[in-house]
Amino acid sequence: MTTRIDKRFAALREKGRAALVTFTTAGDPDYETSLALLKALPGAGADIIEMGMPFSDPMADGPAIQASSQRALKAGQTMKKTLRMIREFREGDQDTPLVLMGYYNPIYVYPVEGFIGDCIEAGVDGLIVVDVPPEQDDELCIPALEAGLNFIRLATPTTDAKRLPAVLENTSGFVYYVSIAGITGTAAPDTGEVHGAVARIKMQTELPVAVGFGVKTPEQARAIAAGADGVVVGSALVNALKASLDENDRPGAATVSSVTDLVRGLAEGLASSQTATVK
Amino acid sequence: MSNTAPPDTPNTYRSGPDERGHFGIYGGRFVAETLMPLILELEEAYERAKADPEFHAELKHMLVHYGGRPSPLYFAERLTQELGGAKIYFKRDELNHTGSHKINNCLGQILLARRMKKTRIIAETGAGQHGVAVATVAARYGLPCVIYMGCVDIERQAPNVFRMKLLGAEVHQVTAGAGTLKDAMNEALRDWVTNVHDTYYIIGTAAGPHPYPEMVRDFQSVIGEEVRVQMMEAEGRLPDTLVACIGGGSNAIGLFHPFLDDKDIAIYGVEAGGLGLGNPEEHCASMNGGKPGVLHGNRTYLLQNDDGQIIEGHSISAGLDYPGVGPEHSWLRDTGRVNYVAVTDAEALEAFQLCTRIEGIIPALEPSHALAHVQKLAPTLPADNLLVMNLCGRGDKDVFAVAKHLGVEM
Ligand SMILES: Cc1ncc(COP(=O)(O)O)c(C=O)c1O
Repeated sequence: MTTRIDKRFAALREKGRAALVTFTTAGDPDYETSLALLKALPGAGADIIEMGMPFSDPMADGPAIQASSQRALKAGQTMKKTLRMIREFREGDQDTPLVLMGYYNPIYVYPVEGFIGDCIEAGVDGLIVVDVPPEQDDELCIPALEAGLNFIRLATPTTDAKRLPAVLENTSGFVYYVSIAGITGTAAPDTGEVHGAVARIKMQTELPVAVGFGVKTPEQARAIAAGADGVVVGSALVNALKASLDENDRPGAATVSSVTDLVRGLAEGLASSQTATVK
Repeated sequence: MSNTAPPDTPNTYRSGPDERGHFGIYGGRFVAETLMPLILELEEAYERAKADPEFHAELKHMLVHYGGRPSPLYFAERLTQELGGAKIYFKRDELNHTGSHKINNCLGQILLARRMKKTRIIAETGAGQHGVAVATVAARYGLPCVIYMGCVDIERQAPNVFRMKLLGAEVHQVTAGAGTLKDAMNEALRDWVTNVHDTYYIIGTAAGPHPYPEMVRDFQSVIGEEVRVQMMEAEGRLPDTLVACIGGGSNAIGLFHPFLDDKDIAIYGVEAGGLGLGNPEEHCASMNGGKPGVLHGNRTYLLQNDDGQIIEGHSISAGLDYPGVGPEHSWLRDTGRVNYVAVTDAEALEAFQLCTRIEGIIPALEPSHALAHVQKLAPTLPADNLLVMNLCGRGDKDVFAVAKHLGVEM
């Protein structure tokens, strides 16, 4: 089965360009603003959209995304509202791949079967669930794959050659390479090391590989994109959003554009990487 | 989906976890990929150590000569008279070096960390008892150590913060969330993900991803194993009733586990009922007022809302102020082998004072919860019922906080 994600990567490969994958948190700083931002992302140059499902205890995230989860929860975001937001987005956009990213507990209590069904119905294309490793695949990954969702797995600098096949086995859509051993939004990755790691992953899979964690600027994005199929930018966007809020975390007139301006810059950075893209 | 696994009646309650770290539906390994290889490495290292007589000999030596084991099994004569009923014994783990049962686990894990050639130690702490025990063994073995502690706990357990610093530990204040144990654990996990190459994480309770719940239980089981021998010496038979408080559940599983298959023994785990079980924001009784979920690497009972967001909870006791519980307890709850009850802040405070006044032992606020249940239970039992309560920590750390609750200026 070809998914929206497969189609998007194929189209970008034709153009010789890496995908810009954006991460923002659903419901940050509130439902309406977050929906407006979501609708504006494709036009600004996001090739694939990752929406964070806010969680009270985001163990793999740094301060920026922790705070963004807290803002969303405080504004009343729930799993049901996140799915409703995606349904509303899909009414006007049938093409842009959309991936939900988050932690397992809110899915587990949803519960799993209902969540997968509602994802399909809402137009979600894939899931990234940080705390469900291959060792627990029968919980969520297999049911999601069987229902037609992509299950995108993280590979990390600690995933050695011996373990990589297990990580890749039930992965679909793309592989998300976590460029640093650490949490989101902190250290900047070393481009050379990242390219080496991506090349090693690509020796074992046909899937596209996107790189994330710590990518902040158009220059960095361009450098990473020279040796990868996609670049994920999250904390930098979340920080731009945060900077546009007032002291009570209320959005201003420029909240959406503060994020989309940055996305536009990143997209231009990637567009100019065209000829550099290997593969 | 039902919130409770169907009760099963296993032949033995002591064979868990399975090879994937599950106790029934509970436990498992729910961690980010970055940590997965480390957890597998830890499991391998622990399996090797478990099979190595030298490891056991070294641990035994340290437990005796450094930790002060065995701890006495003490007949609490005046409390027994006062309550009128069961014959009450205290397992005196508050007499251990550093003042609680936490040292049993820390000695085991630091020896493992050394075998794994790890050069940096991290830990979370609530009451500060685990933090102090970690800082102590890190000092003893000359390893740098970072302790994560919530800002609320730093305030209510100030004496322990200073002890950790004296021992050479760096204490990192965690302001996220409610600033208690859960948030400290999140931050310790974030540190671990960032420093995977050299860092060993000493989890302080029988929770977290496999193999921690099993490993911590094994290191704490020395408590129950000693009680078996000591009670035979004192009374010529095994006890009838066991009682322990439940934070993450390490002191409790340490007492309970060696007795789980002695099916005539009644076992009680006492959760923190806070201000009462009516409102999940106001207690920490995850098995009495929560439902199964996934947090900190394992599936277990959690305080959470309908959307799966974790609720902070509340307890007067920093060591019990945690919205989850070790997965083996969740399984023992569902199977019915252990009875999990809750007592309130006020009941624990009263028990704290009673024990201090009539036994001359100042208990920590954590085992004061166990004691408060003993106060209710003992009078309902016959005089020949042998009851053992785990007095797992001493209350020096709590005197300032208790004074405040009693309205005393110090
Ligand atoms: C004295 C004491 N008892 C009990 C606990 C709770 O932990 P656990 O349930 O793992 O024994 C703590 C935790 O800090 C403690 O300090």
